[in-house]
Amino acid sequence: MIDILIKNLPIIVVLCPLMMSLFVVLIPNIFFSWALTTLSTFLTFLFSILLYQEIQIHSHISYALGKWMPPIGIEYIIDKVAIIPIIIISGISFLATIFAYKIMPEEIEKKSISKVYSLWLLAIAGLLGLVTTGDAFNLFVFLEISSLASVALVAMGAHQDKQALVAAYNYLIIGAVGATLYVIGVGLLYGVTGTLNMADLTNRIADLNNNRALIAGFGFMIVGIMVKAAVFPLHIWLPRAYAYAPSAVSVLLAATATKASLYILARILFSIFENSENLINNTLLFVILPLSLLAMFAGTIMAIYEKDIKRLLAHSSVAQIGYITLAFAIGTKASIAAGFIHMFNHAIIKGGLFIAITSIGFYIKRRVTINNLSGLGREMPITFFCFVLCSLSLAGLPLTAGFISKLYLIKASISSDGIWLAILILISSALSVVYLWKIIEVMWMREGKKIVKKENPAIYISLIIITFLNIYFGLDASLVVNGSFEAADKLIGDLK
Amino acid sequence: MITIENFILITILSPLIVCVLTPFTSKNTILRDFLGPIGGMISSWGALNIMSSALNNQNTTLEIVKIAEGVSIGFEVTPIGAIFGLVASFLWIFAAIYSIGYMRGNKEKNQTRFYAFYAMAVHAALCIAYASDLLTLFIFYEVLTFSTYPLVTHNQNEMAQKAGRLYMSILVGSSVILLLPAIIWVWVATGSLEMSQNGVLEGKLDAVYAPLLLAMFVFGIGKAALMPIHKWLPAAMVAPTPVSALLHAVAVVKAGVFTMLIVLTNVFGIDFLAKTGASEWLIWLASFTLLATSIIAIYKDDLKARLAYSTISQLSYITLGGALATSMATQGAALHIITHAAGKITLFFVAGALYVGAKITKISDLNGHGISAPLIFLAFFVGSLSIIGVPPMVGSWSKFFLMLGAADSGYVVVIGVFCISTILNAFYLMEIPARAFFFKKEREINIKIPKLILIPTLITSILTILLFFYIEPFENLTSMIVSKI
Repeated sequence: MIDILIKNLPIIVVLCPLMMSLFVVLIPNIFFSWALTTLSTFLTFLFSILLYQEIQIHSHISYALGKWMPPIGIEYIIDKVAIIPIIIISGISFLATIFAYKIMPEEIEKKSISKVYSLWLLAIAGLLGLVTTGDAFNLFVFLEISSLASVALVAMGAHQDKQALVAAYNYLIIGAVGATLYVIGVGLLYGVTGTLNMADLTNRIADLNNNRALIAGFGFMIVGIMVKAAVFPLHIWLPRAYAYAPSAVSVLLAATATKASLYILARILFSIFENSENLINNTLLFVILPLSLLAMFAGTIMAIYEKDIKRLLAHSSVAQIGYITLAFAIGTKASIAAGFIHMFNHAIIKGGLFIAITSIGFYIKRRVTINNLSGLGREMPITFFCFVLCSLSLAGLPLTAGFISKLYLIKASISSDGIWLAILILISSALSVVYLWKIIEVMWMREGKKIVKKENPAIYISLIIITFLNIYFGLDASLVVNGSFEAADKLIGDLK
Repeated sequence: MITIENFILITILSPLIVCVLTPFTSKNTILRDFLGPIGGMISSWGALNIMSSALNNQNTTLEIVKIAEGVSIGFEVTPIGAIFGLVASFLWIFAAIYSIGYMRGNKEKNQTRFYAFYAMAVHAALCIAYASDLLTLFIFYEVLTFSTYPLVTHNQNEMAQKAGRLYMSILVGSSVILLLPAIIWVWVATGSLEMSQNGVLEGKLDAVYAPLLLAMFVFGIGKAALMPIHKWLPAAMVAPTPVSALLHAVAVVKAGVFTMLIVLTNVFGIDFLAKTGASEWLIWLASFTLLATSIIAIYKDDLKARLAYSTISQLSYITLGGALATSMATQGAALHIITHAAGKITLFFVAGALYVGAKITKISDLNGHGISAPLIFLAFFVGSLSIIGVPPMVGSWSKFFLMLGAADSGYVVVIGVFCISTILNAFYLMEIPARAFFFKKEREINIKIPKLILIPTLITSILTILLFFYIEPFENLTSMIVSKI
């Protein structure tokens, strides 16, 4: 029994939320639909942990779906790289589900709650499928599953604010364009190589030097994924989507959605096209690097001038994605590892910040803007304290997880002779203190009206857990650091 | 038998424990208030033992947390760290007693929060003193900045908010943008974050880059308050005086110059500096800061502002001593950490006492009040003499060594700088007791100084005299800083 489970883990991780989403929709009761969702996200998280342990033993698991052997059948691949986004997505979605318990019924019509949870699980399944599959076309399918589910989730925010519909529409159109670009790229690649299996693609691309169709296909794929990963300037769908989605959905999306696409980006750059070195080096240097730098500064500056806090955090996400793509762009083993470290850390940081801000929104029953925050620091000490710690982590201050990412990112850029890059990164992160401090100062300094009676444990429990993680991974980062270095090792091997 | 490792833990943890206990004792104000002095005594008992072990040349390293491969938080005993640790923990006792008098006398709000963050800041300063590697140093450097923010903005008004912004943006900005990459640069160049008594960079770093790296360190260590990154220190004076006294005359700024000295001696190594001449520009910058801020101090009528500029000037003595890169000058710089601390904390204590006792903040309001509070002005007089460097006050020792060092290094101009600055010191500090004792009284003010303020002030002023005669152990320690292993 256990054996079968272990053997089929790669698909079970995806199937668990996918199947459960079908059941959840049938349960009209608010509590039970939530409980079932929690159960399935918990099981998914458990399975990912099991998978992590398997990976420590086998280091590469290939799973042939329906016993159709690859490259003909669809292959699921779990290795030391894929396990990182799997853990992030399953872990955060579990925490976000706990957080949703109290806050979801508050913001969404009672009768559509079970549908929301069904979409919720569908989105999670899509994201997990995205990172486990080893088939370029199957990836497109999961990309669409997760996108469409997320779009519908964002649209659910319309119960509170009609702007959510615009945001969802934006997200839908831009996301669809991205997915179409990707699938065109896959089509071109299929045309020249005759395969859709990623590992197989890697080998066949090696024989095709400077094939125009190949280069075009690569371009389409990269741009398509960059839209999904919200790489500047293809990020315009993101701030609105995060800002107007229901609270719990913002948390889920902010912490997980772009991570999966960033992982795919790394896969395409360093694994599928690992044999076209010229193409990749040019892309990294002339496309990804400048865009990342722009993202770092544009995102941060937009955040500084933003008044709506959820939007502010979304802009900050754009900047943070810039750090991750910058790490990829440097292209050394240490920098790619730093990218994965930050991918993990950013998930827990942004998750924490969104939980803190949306729970403040829950208490004050209004949109959270900078002026609505006056004096709340004194009224809700727990939420405020956690918010401050997560902010410090985002700014990369010592003893927090964010510091570890910054440490390794700077180290990687200095060792590849990019001291100026290091300084730019640090200037942008020092600027991020500006917008965070603006929030903290208002909550701490200004006098406000008394609104909040008492903080609700059901709301802050997940906040405390995620804040604890921020501190824990700042003090004992060996798990994340070693995992990321192994991932980078696996991705670019001994090439560089 | 308590091992050195345990003494390190006792010293650094007792302020942390005080910080944690303070919120739980907020109902029982007497217990809460006296946690500080008790913690200070335990902590300085540990620091004394650490110092004696440093004198016996016992080196111990204590790893607390291993963050990742090659990255850890750890502590060790170094001669210079033992000095700074003792200064910070010992003066905390008096500053803690003084805080009680000040906070009660002024009827300040949010006292629990104040005491908690006060202890936290001392904890961070002590962790800096015993840091075994650059990363630990950096981590607690930042903790110190953040734990002092609630203290600087204690009044939570418009002015405090402005000052707090300036404070944070300079200290956090400089350390994150320059200090952190400098540290990581050393890490990349040498392959580890460790420091050593002879410096670690020789042979690892191209001499061409040495001035650039040094500049990143110098301007990254904003707490050393070299011009042009000194503005945060006068701004921080909006804080209650106990904060200015212990933190902005002792713990925070000394953490800055301590880091500076560590970088100059244990990262670069004075031989490497002397060989490459990387620190020459720093000599001139420090000299300029030293004189310019002394002149600014003359024009400040606000007592605390004047003392703040005087502090910046005195900090430059220490940086200058390190930058001269001779053993005498380095010794003088290390000694100056002690001597300036004892003198300056006394002066700030007096400034706070005058505020609590008579709400006087301006120097021009002091005329003729010497007779109504003779002890407090006497303490100020003694402290000033020490800062100026008159025997038999302890300040004369460090100035003596610094001048010898300047002569040693061949920079004769620097001796002149020291002399001019001494005159300027005398000019702006002596004005205060002179006005108090010899000027005509303009209006009648009843100065009532609480005992809890008066006693620590007197003790620290007596300390400046006592230390003059008992400087020997410290001198031995400072000579160990520059001796080669």
